[in-house]
Amino acid sequence: MNTTPAVRITGLTKSFGDIDVLRGVDLDIATGSIVALLGSNGAGKTTVVKILSTLLGADAGSATVNGFDVATEAADVRGSISLTGQFAAVDEILTGRENLVLIAKLRHLDRPGQIADEQLERFSLADVGGRRVTTYSGGMRRRLDIAMSLVGNPPVIFLDEPTTGLDPHARLEVWQTVRELADGGTTVLLTTQYLDEAEHLADRIAILHEGRILVEGTLADLKALMPPAQVTYVEKQPSLEEIFLAIVGRRTTAAAVAASEN
Amino acid sequence: MNQHSIHDTTTLLGRSLRHILRSPDTIITTAITPIAMLLMFVYVFGGAIDTGGVTYVNYLLPGILLITVASGVAYTSLRLYTDLSSGIFERFQSMPIARSAVLWGHVITSLIANLVSLVLVVLVALAIGFRTGIGPGAWLEVLGIMVLFTLALTWLAVSAGLAAKSPDGAGAFAYPLLFLPFVSSAFVPTSGMPRAVKWFAEHQPVTSIVDTLRNLFADHALGSDLWTALAWCGGILVVAQALAVRTYQRKLA
Repeated sequence: MNTTPAVRITGLTKSFGDIDVLRGVDLDIATGSIVALLGSNGAGKTTVVKILSTLLGADAGSATVNGFDVATEAADVRGSISLTGQFAAVDEILTGRENLVLIAKLRHLDRPGQIADEQLERFSLADVGGRRVTTYSGGMRRRLDIAMSLVGNPPVIFLDEPTTGLDPHARLEVWQTVRELADGGTTVLLTTQYLDEAEHLADRIAILHEGRILVEGTLADLKALMPPAQVTYVEKQPSLEEIFLAIVGRRTTAAAVAASEN
Repeated sequence: MNQHSIHDTTTLLGRSLRHILRSPDTIITTAITPIAMLLMFVYVFGGAIDTGGVTYVNYLLPGILLITVASGVAYTSLRLYTDLSSGIFERFQSMPIARSAVLWGHVITSLIANLVSLVLVVLVALAIGFRTGIGPGAWLEVLGIMVLFTLALTWLAVSAGLAAKSPDGAGAFAYPLLFLPFVSSAFVPTSGMPRAVKWFAEHQPVTSIVDTLRNLFADHALGSDLWTALAWCGGILVVAQALAVRTYQRKLA
């Protein structure tokens, strides 16, 4: 078992003008684990991800990714990671397949066409692979976006708010993909403002607030920080999400419902 | 220098050329404004302008070529701006590619798209009576000057695209470039202008470039205009590229 963490962040600070966004962030991410960086809007989650992806320089502190220093070995870091930004960074004028071929070529892989077809298949985009991305729904775009990130199987993946703006179905699909990645040994750092997302998906959760990591640990660790649980009786109401998913069901049944309505 | 520079630049060049092929309107609209000006000046205003025995279309074409490039590079900054705002720029930057390739892909695309527009404009000019007896060598010299001028304006466009806060802002830098030719020898000889305007016209880049192109097309001796024109193009190119690289690096600070 490799004990060096896939990501090690020490004393990271970053200011934009007068605003201190990061004031000394420390975080280790074990290889093959999913860590959720939880924080409200403007907490600095994206700044952390950008520094780790070598898109921004830190003011002080250090960070290593896959053993490489983000400041001095940026090219090796970029060879080890993949970034899925907050907005689906896909080329709208190209087709889904062309987007994947482009990324495979830029990663200098052999047989970019074959890799593109495999990714389309894996993310259920094979039917629309030849269509321009402008015609895709939000969920399809996000799937393509993540498919592009996984071309070349980078060992460390950064997902910056991967489910923001997705419908519940698409969100579950993304969660499924992230779990499969971690099962395959990929290290995943995901930022989110959805508490349930962190709860469902992450091995460990780090809460970023006002430029520092306030707490970091497993869900059980975090729960232990609260007073012992009290037993109360609550009527179990289904959440709106449960109702929505029950009614809409799987896509096939959704189509059947729609057909029967006509 | 990254070993993949050329491979990555070619890949990204292929991508933006595909954009242009899928929206050929960017090349057509680039060519349409200068063609409309060409027709308007030749058939409406040209009769009233004394160009000293030269047919007006022959007199006018060099200036129209510069206007073509000035309107064409607006699309270059728009394409860069779109890449930045859509996040795909960051995706490329976070990948193990030669970082310069992201800019060079756009620069070479700009060069190719502008050259296509220039060919369209020259074809229209030929159709309405532009004539020159020069050989392939002189045409190559014309091409060389246009390439240098296009690269210079393209790097300006790169800075504008990188720094822009809105798509309108990305294209707006080109407006002053479109007006410079009007205060030069491009449309009318400078001899009839008031003194201050004349001084400005004769000491701004467009006049020397236009005069050089005109002399090339007319097969006249080039004289010092050529060196002035080359100095302007080269100077703008060096400054604009340095500015673009600085803007680019600041994006990643």
